[in-house]
Amino acid sequence: MDFSIAAILAQDGITSGAIYALLALALVLVFSVTRIIFIPQGEFVAFGALSLAAIQTGKFPHSASLLLAFGLLCLGKEIYAQLRSKQPVNAKALALSAGKLLLFPLAVWLLARNVNAQEWPLFAQVLLALVIVVPMGPMIYRLAYQPLAEASTLVLLIVSVGVHFALTGMGLVMFGAEGSRTTAFSDARFELGAMQISGQSLVVIAVSALLIAALYFYFERSLSGKALRATAVNRLGAQLVGIGTTQAGRLAFTLAAAMGALCGVLIAPMTTVYYDGGFLIGLKGFVGAIVGGLVSYPVAAAGALLVGLLESYSSFWASAYKEVIVFTLIIPVLLWRSLSSKHTDEDEE
Amino acid sequence: MKKRFLLAALPAMLSLVLATNAYAQIKVGVNVSATGPAASLGIPEKNTFALLPKEIAGKKVEYIVLDDASDTTTAVKNARKLIAEDKVDILIGSTITPNSLAMVDVAAENETPMISMAASSAIISPIDSKRYWVFKTPQNDSHMSTAITGHMNDAGVKTVAFIGFADAYGEGWYKEFSKIAELRKLKVVANERFARSDTSVTGQILKILATNPDAVLIAGAGTPAALPQKTLKERGYKGKIYQTHGVANNDFLRVCGKDCEGTWLPAGPLLVAEQLPNDNPVKKSAMRYVKAYEKEYGAGSVSTFGGHAWDASLLLESAATVALKKAQPGSKEFRAALRTALENTVNLPVSHGIVNMTDTDHLGFDQRSRVMVQIVNGKWKLIGQAN
Repeated sequence: MDFSIAAILAQDGITSGAIYALLALALVLVFSVTRIIFIPQGEFVAFGALSLAAIQTGKFPHSASLLLAFGLLCLGKEIYAQLRSKQPVNAKALALSAGKLLLFPLAVWLLARNVNAQEWPLFAQVLLALVIVVPMGPMIYRLAYQPLAEASTLVLLIVSVGVHFALTGMGLVMFGAEGSRTTAFSDARFELGAMQISGQSLVVIAVSALLIAALYFYFERSLSGKALRATAVNRLGAQLVGIGTTQAGRLAFTLAAAMGALCGVLIAPMTTVYYDGGFLIGLKGFVGAIVGGLVSYPVAAAGALLVGLLESYSSFWASAYKEVIVFTLIIPVLLWRSLSSKHTDEDEE
Repeated sequence: MKKRFLLAALPAMLSLVLATNAYAQIKVGVNVSATGPAASLGIPEKNTFALLPKEIAGKKVEYIVLDDASDTTTAVKNARKLIAEDKVDILIGSTITPNSLAMVDVAAENETPMISMAASSAIISPIDSKRYWVFKTPQNDSHMSTAITGHMNDAGVKTVAFIGFADAYGEGWYKEFSKIAELRKLKVVANERFARSDTSVTGQILKILATNPDAVLIAGAGTPAALPQKTLKERGYKGKIYQTHGVANNDFLRVCGKDCEGTWLPAGPLLVAEQLPNDNPVKKSAMRYVKAYEKEYGAGSVSTFGGHAWDASLLLESAATVALKKAQPGSKEFRAALRTALENTVNLPVSHGIVNMTDTDHLGFDQRSRVMVQIVNGKWKLIGQAN
């Protein structure tokens, strides 16, 4: 291995590491706010990428129908909750949720059905794909997790596995078994010494870095970001000072879905994405998140970068064992974590 | 007391009635991987079973199609259920090699013939007491390897780099290919692996390029095989690129696009049925399947994988016609007769070739079962009979 090969591999590793970093951050965010280990994170990657691919090939993205179905189910749940509560029916709240859960998905569905998005500029296509996929995040939270918000981490994990399988199955129905690829954001290539840097990988790295910076400012500066952090530190305390944990959970899921779908849109031109392909990508983000102990954002991002580099170099040295090497990373990390952290009794029931 | 006895006996009596009903028809237990990683192979197979005639030699045929989700445990469970509960006369399946290998034991244990739709030669060879019951329809890897190496010899290739799936498919191909390459004086200079779900194969491709091979063989199935090809083109590789018959579906062309121009691959004649010369004995039987499938699922929808299911049904049809003269469906004798009849299949034209089974060859294909194909202008182009 000479310097140029090492440099190309490093560039490759950083590009995939940036993707894993976004997913790792989403996992940390969801876990710290809701204590849910969000296994279906990868499904948003696949949905985002495949919806965009469908839009670009001029087909109707069936994920819009799924969005409509989720919206209807959520609305049904809202109405049922309203009817069961002892208080008089709150018409205003009901109208609001009807707008959010019925009219908005319906508008998206009609838009996706009737416009010829194939001719749109790439940016608008990406936006349409995101509008279809991102609202699924809070809807999935409403349907699967919100009734169990106070359950133990284990129960939430089991629900996550169930949601993962359900979404993978729906992915197969919506997008078919074969993978898809989308057009690149940029065909530009830059020569840097012996190295060729593709415009696409620069876009990936730039978007990831930008998003990470945006998240930082969101958590540090904005009120809702601070509320999310407060919920992460202490759910009960946050509730006592008037932060709705349900709203916090919904917000966390929206962000996670947005980051997942964005990852999908970013990788779709570089690789073929399958209906079930998001899972492995998400799993690598998970390894990064574990390095950060599922609590620390910067360490999780660094861990994800490490995973990307490790993957790229091991694909050169021992391609047959690449996956093994990447996932074995989790063992020394867990060992170090269990030895270095002080064990405290969790105040779970 | 009496009533109780009657109640207890009722299910038994009912099942007896149902069982006698079952004897009146041929029952075919089908196991396909219609979901999971092999879904793109399993779905056209499943679609094919819906096209099949409902009658063989005047006897009704019932196809019971189960999905094993590309999972080995489920495949075994399905096979056991088909035999124990549905009392099938023959098993067809599964789509992929690991599942088929696992089903071999179940079929042999219950003395039920089985026709696999998976490619690996390990499913039918060596023919021991278990594989005695097992047949298959897709060409062996070695069939395809000889076609590729033959073409490489003719094209003056001396060194070949190999990159394949990091699973049984890639491993099987490497074993077969390197063996035949050695015989044909080809030097395999690199042996790399990648996973179906990989987002990048830059590392492997860089290593291959460092050995500067005359040709690269990519042993992958379906659209994942496009990624190494794309990366090779990106890094400016100018040599010849070969793929395997695992990519022979239209989705591969769609995903790979212009990166695949000029790629060679061996394939079943079904892939280019329309381009076969009229005197080719396979053309007629292949076109029959193409027409039947496209009538139901639309023009251009046919894939070679569905052809393997079609071929299994043709084998069954010809064997069952013979076996029905000896015994009635639902009996042990019928299953044994069916197996013997399958083994004695002679000159049966199917969509992928002409089948001549013997007691040492449960596949029965010769070189008429494969052709060399090149991708030209985003379409499959027949370039000749492989040898």
